[in-house]
Amino acid sequence: MTVSTMIKYEQKELKVVGTRPLRPDGVDKVTGRARYAADYNMPGQLIGKVLRSPHAHARIKSIDTSAAEALPGVKAVVTREDFPDMAVEYAAAGELTINFRDVTRNMMAREKVLYDGHPAAAVAATSESIARKALKLIKIDYEVLPHVIDVVEAMRPDAPLLHEEQYTEGVTPKPDRPSNVAKRMVFARGDVEAGFKQADVIVEREFNTKPVHQGYIEPQACLASYTEDGQAELWTSTQGHFVFRAQCAKVLQMDVSKIRVTPTEIGGGFGGKNNIYNEPLAIALSRKSHRPVKMVMTREEVFRATGPTSGANVKIKMGCTRDGRIAAAQAELNFQAGAFPGSSVPMASMCTFTRYDLANVRVVGNDVTVNRPKVAAYRAPGAPIAVFGVESVVDEMAKKLGIDPIEFRLRNAAREGTQTYYGPKFGPIGFIETLEQARAHPHYSAPLGPNQGRGIATGFWFNIGNETSAALNVNEDGTVTLMLGTVDVAGGSRAAMAMMVAEELGIDVDKVRPIIGDTSSLGFNFITAGSRGTFASGMATVVAARQAIEKMRQRVAKIREVPVEEVVWKNGQAQPVEDGTRQFAPMSLAEIAKVAGKTGGSIAGHAEINAQGAGPGFGTHIVDVEVDKQTGLVKIVRYTIVQDVGKAIHPAYVEGQLQGGAAQGIGWALNEEYVYGADGLLQNPGFLDYRVPVASDLPFIDTVIVEVPNPNHPYGVRGCGEVPIIAPMAAIANAIESAIGIRLFEQPMSPPRVLKAIEAEEARRGA
Amino acid sequence: MPYTRGEVRIAIEAANVRQLFEALGVRFPDLRAQLDNDLAIAIDGEIYQDALLQPISGTSEIYVFPKIAGG
Amino acid sequence: MARHHVTATVNGDAVEFLCETQQTLLEVLRDELRLTGTKEGCGTGDCGACTVTVDGRLVCSCLVLGVEAEGKSIQTIEGMATGKDLHPLQRKFLEHAALQCGICTPGILIAARSLLERNPDPTEEEVRFWLAGNLCRCTGYHKVVEAVLDAARELRGA
Repeated sequence: MTVSTMIKYEQKELKVVGTRPLRPDGVDKVTGRARYAADYNMPGQLIGKVLRSPHAHARIKSIDTSAAEALPGVKAVVTREDFPDMAVEYAAAGELTINFRDVTRNMMAREKVLYDGHPAAAVAATSESIARKALKLIKIDYEVLPHVIDVVEAMRPDAPLLHEEQYTEGVTPKPDRPSNVAKRMVFARGDVEAGFKQADVIVEREFNTKPVHQGYIEPQACLASYTEDGQAELWTSTQGHFVFRAQCAKVLQMDVSKIRVTPTEIGGGFGGKNNIYNEPLAIALSRKSHRPVKMVMTREEVFRATGPTSGANVKIKMGCTRDGRIAAAQAELNFQAGAFPGSSVPMASMCTFTRYDLANVRVVGNDVTVNRPKVAAYRAPGAPIAVFGVESVVDEMAKKLGIDPIEFRLRNAAREGTQTYYGPKFGPIGFIETLEQARAHPHYSAPLGPNQGRGIATGFWFNIGNETSAALNVNEDGTVTLMLGTVDVAGGSRAAMAMMVAEELGIDVDKVRPIIGDTSSLGFNFITAGSRGTFASGMATVVAARQAIEKMRQRVAKIREVPVEEVVWKNGQAQPVEDGTRQFAPMSLAEIAKVAGKTGGSIAGHAEINAQGAGPGFGTHIVDVEVDKQTGLVKIVRYTIVQDVGKAIHPAYVEGQLQGGAAQGIGWALNEEYVYGADGLLQNPGFLDYRVPVASDLPFIDTVIVEVPNPNHPYGVRGCGEVPIIAPMAAIANAIESAIGIRLFEQPMSPPRVLKAIEAEEARRGA
Repeated sequence: MPYTRGEVRIAIEAANVRQLFEALGVRFPDLRAQLDNDLAIAIDGEIYQDALLQPISGTSEIYVFPKIAGG
Repeated sequence: MARHHVTATVNGDAVEFLCETQQTLLEVLRDELRLTGTKEGCGTGDCGACTVTVDGRLVCSCLVLGVEAEGKSIQTIEGMATGKDLHPLQRKFLEHAALQCGICTPGILIAARSLLERNPDPTEEEVRFWLAGNLCRCTGYHKVVEAVLDAARELRGA
C-alpha cells in the first residue's frame, strides 16, 4: 500500500496537535547558544566587503582595482569581469519568477548602476579594517545619469529610462519605444461600465504608499568556503537554502551538487531573505583567494541594497447599490519594481477585491522599474497596498449608506463556491466566520473616548504549497529524528512538524527531534514563504510518518508471522486489528526499533512532494486609535485580530504570527518609509530614522483563532503568517477617519502627514 | 498579443496540464514563456502550481493565472 | 596598527584580549572572545540587540569601545543562567512563547533583568517603555511583555 501524497482532512480526536509544548529551538535562543549566520567562523577566514554605487543611476565607464589588489592583506577582488553575463532566462527557482539576466546584474553591476547601494565591486581581506581600506582604493569612473524614483513619474514617456531594451509586455500592439513600465496586466470579469451604471453610490479615490523594508533585526550574513576540487560550502541566513543553491549554481556556472548550503538559524526574513545578495560574491571571492570568506551586511547596506517592498500609486473606483451590494469594482495598481522588473503587482492584482463576491471587476496592474533597490517579497506581497485602497473605499461606501462596516462586508463576503475574478472558485473558507466573530467581540461594542475612533478592515491571502521534502528516521531506542527542508523562519514550524509526527505515531512530542537539513540531505524544498511552512512541510511530514507506519506494519507482520491486513497502528504501537482473526502481542515503536537492525534494517519514511491544495486565509481586524490633533500622533489604543487559520497546530505560535504580522502592518501604516533626497540617495538607512514599532507603541493585541479546516491537509492547516499584515493600514485609516473625520490617502500616516491633513481640513472649513 | 487572464474559453484536447500547456503554446506562441514559468492553473476550482501531470477531464473548467508565491 | 591589551571580567570570569582602537565592545565580545550570544542588528545603538551590562549599567555594546572595558565587569546573555538553571525570565520566555526568530531575545533578556533588579513590580507601561530600546520584528511585543510581567511575579514570590 503506497501512501498518497495528497492527504485529505480527517476530523479526529487529537492528543498533541493543538497543545502548547515548548519549542525545541527555545533553550538555545534564550541562552545565546543559537547560531545565526554571523556567529559562524572558519579557520583562516577572510572578511568580504562590497563597494556600492554612490549614485542612483550611472553608467560604469571603467573600474580600476589595481591599488586595492596591491594593499597588503587583500587576497581577492571581484567585479563584473569575474561573473559570466547571463542571457534572458526565467527560472522558477525564486519566489517571484526571476530572470537570471537581472539576478546577475543585481548582485554585481555590469553596464550600469541602477540604485544608491548597487554593488560594483567586492574584496576579501584578512581583517575588516583592511577590507574597508581596500574599498576606498578602488577607482570607478561613473557617468552620472538622470534618475527617477517616483512610480507615476517613471511611467511618463519622457522619464529617465533604466533599461533601453525594456518594452512593456502585455500591451498590443507591441510598443515601439522602450519604457520603465515592464509589464501591464489586466484581470477582468463581467462588465464594470454596466455595473457602475447600476450603482447608487460610487466612490473613486487615489492612494499612494511608500516602500517599506521587511525590517528583520538580523542583517544578511554568509560564510563561503570554495575548495580546489570545485566544491563549495555555504552557511547563510536564508528562507530557502535550495533556492539559494540553485541561483548560486546558475550565476557561478557550477553544478548544483557541488554546492552545499546550510541554512543557519535565521533572525527574521519575512520575504526579504528569499533572494541571493552577497552569497555568490562570497563564493567567488573564496574561489579566487583559496580561503573561506565571511560577509556580513551592515544595517545601512541592508536598507540601501536589499529589497524593500514596492511603493505604489493605487486608484480604486467602486460602486454599490443602496442595499449595500457592490455592483462594480475597478482598480489600477502601479507598483515600483525597483531597479529590475518583477514586483508583486500580479499577486496584488489578484487579491485586490477577492474578499468579495463580485460580478463586475477590472484590475489593471503595472510593473514599473525605478532607481531604487530591486523589491523583494514582504509578507503577503502587494496585498497590504491594494487592500489599503479597497478597504478604505469600502468604508466610505458603507458610511455613505449608513450601513455598519461589518454588515456591509457580510452582504458581499466571499464564501464557499464564490467565483474569484482571477479564476478559481473557493472551497470551504472562513471569511464570514471572522466577520461574525469580530462583530460579536466585546472590542467592537466597547465605548470610545474623545478623539478616539474605531476602524475595521479585512485581508485575504492565497497561501501556497510547492515543492517540499522531509525524512523521518526511527532511532534504535524508538525516538524519532525528523529532518525538514523548510527553514523554520521563526514561526515555530519545526515544533509544529514534530507535533504532527507525534500525533501520527502516537508518541510523546518530546520523543521527536526536528532538525533542518542542509541541501545535500534532502530533495528540493521551496522557500519558506507564502505561509506554506506548516502546510506543505506538514503534509510532507505526515506522508513520511505514514510511510514509516506502513513499513512498521509490514515489519511486525513478518515478526509476528501474521498477514499484514491483521496489523493496525494505534496508540503508538502495532496491534491486532479490531475484529481481526489473529491475536498477537503488540509491538511499540521502541520494541520494533530495538530489533529493526536484525529484521531488515532501520525504519524510515520520506516524502518528496509538490504540495497542492493550499487553503486561503481570511482575517478581520478591529483597531481603536486616539489622534492627538496638536501633534498628529496616532496612538493605537486597542487591537483585535480574528483570523481563520484552518487548524492551529500550536496555538501560541499562531498567536505570535498574528501579533507579529499586525505589528508590521501598524508600522507600515504609521511610520515606516524610505526617504530619498532629490539626488536619489537614501537618507534614512538606519533604525533611528526608519522607525519601526517599539514596545511602547503598541498595546496587547487580542487574537481570536477561527478554524475552518482546509480539506486538503490531514490536519486542516491553512498557514497563517501573511494574512495578518494586510488589514492594519486600512483599518487604521478607517479608525482615524472615525476619530477626527479626516481620511488619509497616503502612507505612512505619520504625525507630519496627519497634522498637514488636519490643518488643510481646518483651512478648508475656514476655521 | 495581450495575455488573456481570467476567462479563457477555448476547446482543446488535453488529458493533463502538460498537454494543455503544450497545446496553448502552439496556439499562442507569445504565451509559451509564461506557460513555462509564470502560470498557475485552477482545475474545477482547485489551484495547482507546477503540477504538469495533473489530469484534466473532458468537462473540466480551467483557469490560468499568474503563479502565487509569498513573503 | 598596534593593538591594545585589555583585561576585564566577563560573566564573572577574568578575561584578557587584544583589540584595535576602533573595535567596539560588541566586536570584541563576538570576534575576540567568541561570545556570540550578543548580536549586532544595526551597529548604531538603535536596536538594542547588542545590549549588555557594564558595571551593572545597561549599554549598547556597539556604542562602547573595546578599550573602555578595561577593569570593568561585563554581563552578557551567556551568564544569565546559573549552571543548568535558567533564569526565571528565560523560563517565562519559553513558557509564554515570547520569542520567534530569537535574534532580539538576548538583548531583551538582559534589559528585562536590569529592569526587574531596579523595579520588581513594574506596570505594563513601565515594562514597555523600559524595553522601547529593544526592537523586535517578530512578536509585536505582546508575549514578551506578558513573560516579563509573569517573571516579575515569580521573582516577587507572588
